[in-house]
Amino acid sequence: MEEIWNGLFKAIELIATWDPQVVEITSRSLFISLSSAFLASIFCIPMGGVIQFRQFWGKKALINLIQTLYSLPTVTVGLLVFLLISRSGPLGSLGLLFTPYGMILGQAILVCPIMIGLTITALSEVSPLIKDTARSLGANQMQIIVTVIREARVAVMASVLLGFGRALSEVGVAMMIGGNIRGYTRVLTTSIALETSMGNLELSIALGIILISISLVINLILTRIRG
Amino acid sequence: MKLATTTSLQDTGLLDLIKEKFDQSHNVSLDVVSGGTGIAIQYGERGDVDVLLVHDKARESKFIEDGHGLERRCIAFNYFYLVGPENDPAGIQGMNASAALAVIMAKGMEDPDSVKFVSRGDDSGTHAREKLLWKNAGYNYSDILNSESNSTKSWYIDAGQGMGATLNMASELQAYTLTDMSTFMAYQGNLNLTSLIEGGDELLNVYVGMVVNPQKHPGVNCLLASEFIDYLVSDQGQKLIASFGTDKFGKPLFFPAKGNCDVISCSEEECAVPTAASCAAAA
Repeated sequence: MEEIWNGLFKAIELIATWDPQVVEITSRSLFISLSSAFLASIFCIPMGGVIQFRQFWGKKALINLIQTLYSLPTVTVGLLVFLLISRSGPLGSLGLLFTPYGMILGQAILVCPIMIGLTITALSEVSPLIKDTARSLGANQMQIIVTVIREARVAVMASVLLGFGRALSEVGVAMMIGGNIRGYTRVLTTSIALETSMGNLELSIALGIILISISLVINLILTRIRG
Repeated sequence: MKLATTTSLQDTGLLDLIKEKFDQSHNVSLDVVSGGTGIAIQYGERGDVDVLLVHDKARESKFIEDGHGLERRCIAFNYFYLVGPENDPAGIQGMNASAALAVIMAKGMEDPDSVKFVSRGDDSGTHAREKLLWKNAGYNYSDILNSESNSTKSWYIDAGQGMGATLNMASELQAYTLTDMSTFMAYQGNLNLTSLIEGGDELLNVYVGMVVNPQKHPGVNCLLASEFIDYLVSDQGQKLIASFGTDKFGKPLFFPAKGNCDVISCSEEECAVPTAASCAAAA
């Protein structure tokens, strides 16, 4: 028990004094996961709109599949992206492996199902009246999708935040694609894994507290905007 | 009984074989926790395991001195290799290891695109040896760490991962790295790396077994742990170690400690002899 209290005390000290290592790792983590959430949202929100408003064969099955992939294991995404961007893979020449950009790509893929799925749910909750009104005013299909997404912006925003939370807290892609390189691809989760194994428990606890605090903030924002 | 081991013994498959034979003859089930030497020693210091197989003399001695372990027993050895891209962009082939590191550093700072070094950076035995080599080369390890810039353009890459992952990274980035001989041989088929410097006292790699002290950590299975060490240093165990890998790689991955005590600078009392300290006395 003493070890835990000591660790906690030193961890708070590390955070309170803005320890350069803690600040650096935290800001890198935020940058990478925000970027991946942003990248994913560019593709996933319109994609969710298209799936929701188009009628096509296999739509139910597709939505089911997307929902199944909410719990897509991070290591399988890591493996997939590794095979793609490794030196001997099809995208090897881009040199993305063991860079933050490779991590952003992998995390974007990881959070895509959640964002598409929750966007679909969000849009399905918008009153059909809005769609009809837009159509009667002469809007084309793309304009209708944009109108409805705007109407559901709070719930769509929530899907982006949840995606960001998942990206921030995952360790599989970060480790396999980033490689945990100090000062370059080392993020909160991979640091905690490494520092714990090296016995630097204070630093691990400090980073863990930060990780949980960020999740807490995300959750507070979610509650707030759902209001 | 729980055994914490350095990754090389596990990743090469040697420990699976030893476990199979030992489990059979002693009718037990050995639980193997595999990590770097730093991690293994930490498990030992916390009393989370009963016996250790590690390879970093300085930390082994400290472990014994601090009373966490009963005795140090040399069981096997091989060498570290300095490996790198086939075209050897820094031109280190034929140098001694510490001189080679100095050259890699100088050329890496000049041209980080073509000369890089990947470090384990995880407090493992191999990482400890890398630090020692930097010291021999006349550098402070903290200076090495500070010389990296926070960009892709850095010549020194601190991976913070196990040997296999580090080798894969070095291969992908066409960088140099320090590796133990056995892991390199086991992974070589999948790597675009070649061994550039091998052998020599600087690169000697001695594997050691230690029983966790039951006085310091009540509840550890001292008797069985001693039997395990005794099995490793027995003729049977030493033969197993000496022949392991010859069928697959054409040469052994590890050399037995027995008969090589002078070469590996282990004293007679700690070189491939059965454990002497009694668990009862310690407890």
